[in-house]
Amino acid sequence: MDQYTLNLLVVGATFALYIGIAIWARAGSTSEFYAASRGVHPVTNGMATAADWMSAASFISMAGLLAFGGYGASSFLMGWTGGYVLLALLLAPYLRKFGKFTVPEFIGDRFYSPTARMVAVICLIVASVTYVIGQMTGVGVAFSRFLEVEVSTGLFIGAAVVFMYAVLGGMKGITYTQVAQYVVLITAYTIPAIFISLQLTGNPIPGLGLFGDHTASGQPLLERLDQVVQDLGFAAYTVQDGTPSAVINMTLFTFSLMIGTAGLPHVIIRFFTVPRVADARWSAGWALVFIALLYLTAPAVGAMARLNIMDTLWPNGVQGEAMAIEEAPDWMETWATTGLLGWEDKNGDGRIQYYNDANADMQAVAAERGWQGNELTNFNRDILVLANPEIAQLPGWVIALVAAGGLAAALSTAAGLLLAISSAISHDLIKGQLNPGISEKGELLAARISMAVAIGVATYLGLNPPGFAAQTVALAFGLAAASIFPALMMGIFSTRINNKGAVAGMLAGLVFTLVYIFLHKGWFFIPDTNSFPDTISGSLLGIQSTAIGSVGALINFAVAYFVSNATEDTPQEIKDLVESVRIPRGAGAAVDH
Amino acid sequence: MADQTSQSASAESDKGYWAANVRIIVISLIIWALVSFGFGILLRPVLSGISVGGTDLGFWFAQQGSIIVFLALIFFYAWRMNKLDKEYGVEE
Repeated sequence: MDQYTLNLLVVGATFALYIGIAIWARAGSTSEFYAASRGVHPVTNGMATAADWMSAASFISMAGLLAFGGYGASSFLMGWTGGYVLLALLLAPYLRKFGKFTVPEFIGDRFYSPTARMVAVICLIVASVTYVIGQMTGVGVAFSRFLEVEVSTGLFIGAAVVFMYAVLGGMKGITYTQVAQYVVLITAYTIPAIFISLQLTGNPIPGLGLFGDHTASGQPLLERLDQVVQDLGFAAYTVQDGTPSAVINMTLFTFSLMIGTAGLPHVIIRFFTVPRVADARWSAGWALVFIALLYLTAPAVGAMARLNIMDTLWPNGVQGEAMAIEEAPDWMETWATTGLLGWEDKNGDGRIQYYNDANADMQAVAAERGWQGNELTNFNRDILVLANPEIAQLPGWVIALVAAGGLAAALSTAAGLLLAISSAISHDLIKGQLNPGISEKGELLAARISMAVAIGVATYLGLNPPGFAAQTVALAFGLAAASIFPALMMGIFSTRINNKGAVAGMLAGLVFTLVYIFLHKGWFFIPDTNSFPDTISGSLLGIQSTAIGSVGALINFAVAYFVSNATEDTPQEIKDLVESVRIPRGAGAAVDH
Repeated sequence: MADQTSQSASAESDKGYWAANVRIIVISLIIWALVSFGFGILLRPVLSGISVGGTDLGFWFAQQGSIIVFLALIFFYAWRMNKLDKEYGVEE
């Protein structure tokens, strides 16, 4: 059977599974649509949260970031997992006790302010829409590569599948579909990693193999990798950039990712689906178990893929001759046709010399050996995970599985985001603001229509991604970090923060973060309108725009504190509300609200 | 009268429960910050003498250790809090 048919079979089978689950788990009430009737087991919910959280970026891009960033990319690992500690300790149990359906609803009730609720709705929609564009683009790219269709056709197929299970099943359908998607994506991610770890280190557990010995050379794997990349003039894989500004930026960036993770509404609403407060606590732990299976594997995938690529391009070692172009493996040829990989024989010797031609020491070596610049001119980091099974020469069904896994990662996150967007529109905007008297049936219909419209908008933006799509992740995290997380945390841990303080804090955090990102990335991401370069040395305050969310969050806390203390005390009934949110007793009653 | 006494007693106990909760959170967050921002980033040069698999302990914490500690922290917290719920009689 050829690879194409195999891809078609495996991807088709997983799609049939998702839609079958959706038909089985149809939502009949708003409680089922928004919160799956709060009947989801914590382990099941943990698995669904993991699929919801791990996007195309985690599945496809993270290993590539690690492979080429080495130690410096550790921020993603610590940031995207450390946020779950904050979620579990500071938010999840209390929001579950509060027992409502959406994040803006909590903010609106706690700060007794429709304005606060609307500010939260705006933050939620901006953060979720920018995030969903990336997922839809990812779906299109994965389809076009593996099913050999146009990117737009791939996008339409993906949108149709999400439409079927999300609009029909709501949170209930999405939850069980995400469980299936988790199983697909983690299998697809770990199988190639186990094989590669066995090939390179003889250890079947990639996280242990990473710190084990490289079988071929007998050296520790990381020492070997450091040596190979340094011999070609690149920075050592494990080395830390110890300059104070780099250390500060890494710390702030990690912190931004952590509080952004804890503030992203599509993750938070997953904790509304479990039966009890105690389950919300366990569920956050299970979510991190399932996330950690991938996140503990990714560093090994990154480092081992980097070493594999080096060995492919320098089959006789870096002191010997480089790989001859006519001996290039099939995967290089395949990816060259997609434009994501490219080389150019600058010195005409029929070989590809891959090295860091910006390094002064290497320029001397190059002159001596007759090289005329780095000849691997284009290497898109995103192809690393997708090409990995081919690089390690694994069987065709593994390649098909990785295709299905990448699609599962993108689709599950897109569905979770779309649900967060549609519930903000139908529950917070329509029922909360425009038409409070709407019937349950009417609200359910409104929820389904807003979901359908959201999918339409997401598909359109996926087809015509605004130029800034790649930069919006910083924006999504920055907004969640600077506005939503502090408001939720203060709402639970302080009775003193009042409506004026919360609104002022959220707006201050939001505006500061937005303006700072625009100053460095261009106003509304229009190229060449930035006032400062987006590098550490060129930055205002020396902080990069990706890390600014943490400063925005601190501003939010400070402004909320001072404004609240300067204005009147919080009403007694709000203090009672906060006290009751802190105590698990009686959360069961909220189930039937 | 009896009702009021039991009510204020329960408010007292709720306060104790919350204080105990906050204490556990603070301890957990100190560990959370120590393994990630501490061992993984800021204190990495201090740990550079302890070698692990071809590199140093700080690198291990940045790419494996902190995640494992995060996991342990959340499960410890869930277990400890669910026990605290029972001690104070506030469980569901």
